[in-house]
Amino acid sequence: MQRLESALRARREAGGKILIPYVTGGLSGWQDAVRAAAASGSDAIEIGIPFSDPVMDGPVIQEASQRALDAGATPVSILNDVRRLDVDVPLVVMCYYNTVHHAGHERFASQLSQAGIAGAIVPDLPLEEAGPWCEAADAADIATVMLAAPTAPDDRLPRICERARGFVYSVGLLGVTGERATLAGTATALAGRLKPLTEVPVVVGVGVSNAEQAVEASRVADGVIQGAAVVRRLLETGAEAVGDYIAEVRGALEHHWPTR
Amino acid sequence: MSEPSATGRFGEFGGRFVPETLVPACQELEQAFRDAWDDPIFRGDLSAILQEYAGRPSIITECHQLGARLGIRLVLKREDLNHTGSHKINNVLGQTLLAKRMGKKRIVAETGAGQHGVASATAAALMGLECKVYMGAVDVERQALNVFRMRLLGAEVEAVHSGSRTLKDAVNEAMRDWVASVESTHYCLGSVMGPHPYPWMVRQFHRVIGDEAREQCSERFGSDPDVVVACVGGGSNAIGIFSGFVDTDARLIGVEPAGGAAVGRGVPGVVHGMRSFLMQDEYGQVQEAHSISAGLDYPGVGPEHSYLASIGRAEYPTVTDAEVIDAFQLMARTEGIIPALECAHALAWIVRESGSLQGRTVLMNLSGRGDKDVAQMMEILS
Ligand SMILES: Cc1ncc(COP(=O)(O)O)c(C=O)c1O
Repeated sequence: MQRLESALRARREAGGKILIPYVTGGLSGWQDAVRAAAASGSDAIEIGIPFSDPVMDGPVIQEASQRALDAGATPVSILNDVRRLDVDVPLVVMCYYNTVHHAGHERFASQLSQAGIAGAIVPDLPLEEAGPWCEAADAADIATVMLAAPTAPDDRLPRICERARGFVYSVGLLGVTGERATLAGTATALAGRLKPLTEVPVVVGVGVSNAEQAVEASRVADGVIQGAAVVRRLLETGAEAVGDYIAEVRGALEHHWPTR
Repeated sequence: MSEPSATGRFGEFGGRFVPETLVPACQELEQAFRDAWDDPIFRGDLSAILQEYAGRPSIITECHQLGARLGIRLVLKREDLNHTGSHKINNVLGQTLLAKRMGKKRIVAETGAGQHGVASATAAALMGLECKVYMGAVDVERQALNVFRMRLLGAEVEAVHSGSRTLKDAVNEAMRDWVASVESTHYCLGSVMGPHPYPWMVRQFHRVIGDEAREQCSERFGSDPDVVVACVGGGSNAIGIFSGFVDTDARLIGVEPAGGAAVGRGVPGVVHGMRSFLMQDEYGQVQEAHSISAGLDYPGVGPEHSYLASIGRAEYPTVTDAEVIDAFQLMARTEGIIPALECAHALAWIVRESGSLQGRTVLMNLSGRGDKDVAQMMEILS
């Protein structure tokens, strides 16, 4: 089993809930934000590689991506910086498929592996198109996280779970990334459909917007991803606010499900 | 022209690169389109509406003055005479009829020049569907008349301020809307692009252009044209007219703007759900297209065009904005027809290449009328 999945299972086996923040790579202060998040109770960290056309992202992460691109961030510069991060949680990149396609499957997988990355999330690469990338990623020991969406019919979910490495990304709502006032009903409904199908950790992402919602989603799921809530704090305040926020969410999760 | 493969591919182009949320919707749409296209009742309804509402068949017009001046026989397929003033209505009537059949209550659309937006707003009004149109903020400015037209027709128009604030960003925003609204909403995509089944479905809805033109040419001239020319943004009017002639000896020419040459300057990439030629930088960031015409300001191209280019069946040259401005005026003065800036690209290529086309019959798709461009041209020419 790869590094990413063992780290997440370790948390689950110890009785705790999984917490994975997302930070846009190349955004001012992002390396400090990753370190702060790692030191505040994260089980893994997603690093976004900014793309010109992020169709799964709402305004906050769009803005962060644009700022990072304007500051000159490239996949290569971000992966170079990743090598120097020196954090002890597994790192996962989240990137749109053209970034992978343009570099070439084998080459991209080996770039990730050389940078010490443990996994990859490619939100516009659904099951039917994922084969060639997954093969290259498997060969380079990069865990490809598959997404499952609330719109999936029942017969689709087992196939997604079977192909998932690291964790299953259970998409919390119909829509793009961004904070919402309440947790959508789809978040727990989908996680509830996935849980009986797989031993791979099921983690809810998209629209989990605060500690309270993280707890609510974790009643069914193995844990949560925190995206826009983290990136907004990095945009508005800075890396320290990211560390404080992750510590707050970790505290709330530990209150309900203490890690032994 | 053949069907794409089971995975929606024309050769190695096409596919379905969409967020997981949209996969079931694309599958459902593919099945619904297959059923409808094989259903004589749907086909009959569509034909009737194309005739009685959109004004099909569109005529062909021989340009005697301009043809004589250029030394060619120049024939126009008059998609500008369709209701709403461009070819876009063919696709939109097909898709909205299908959306109704699928029980959808609402459509979303992207638009560049505003022609697809106007066509979508029109069809939505006709069929009693709610309609929201996304349009880049830059285009909202240069096509203000069409924005007002869409609103008159009852559509909501939202200006998109992200990225290059043109057509590609309008597509992004329409896709984001669809990800959130997929259960009630059909995405009425405006060209032969996007995830499978769109490139194929939109081509089928536009092939009426080529089928009519082939019959009309053979009736009028007793033969197929030597050259078939159309402008290419996403490529729907071009694929529509090419469909009628791909199995003839005619040269097929898709004209791209110099600042948006997806086939000419692009390498294969994946954006908006499809693998196709795409203008991108060394890291795969999609580049902004720049063209005088909002409808061609797109850094990609439909996958079937990439395929036709890769097998050498069609050619994709470019023309400059300056050549387009000249061609626009030339057609107005010599033929009394004000073309849309988009199809003025096709004419610009014909003018430039006329030396090598002497004596040939050239069929050009006049994809739209130029009324929407008059204010912009007034500024450029003053
Ligand atoms: C009149 C006209 N022609 C052509 C186009 C380009 O689209 P396509 O390449 O899909 O025909 C547009 C797009 O807005 C248009 O309005």
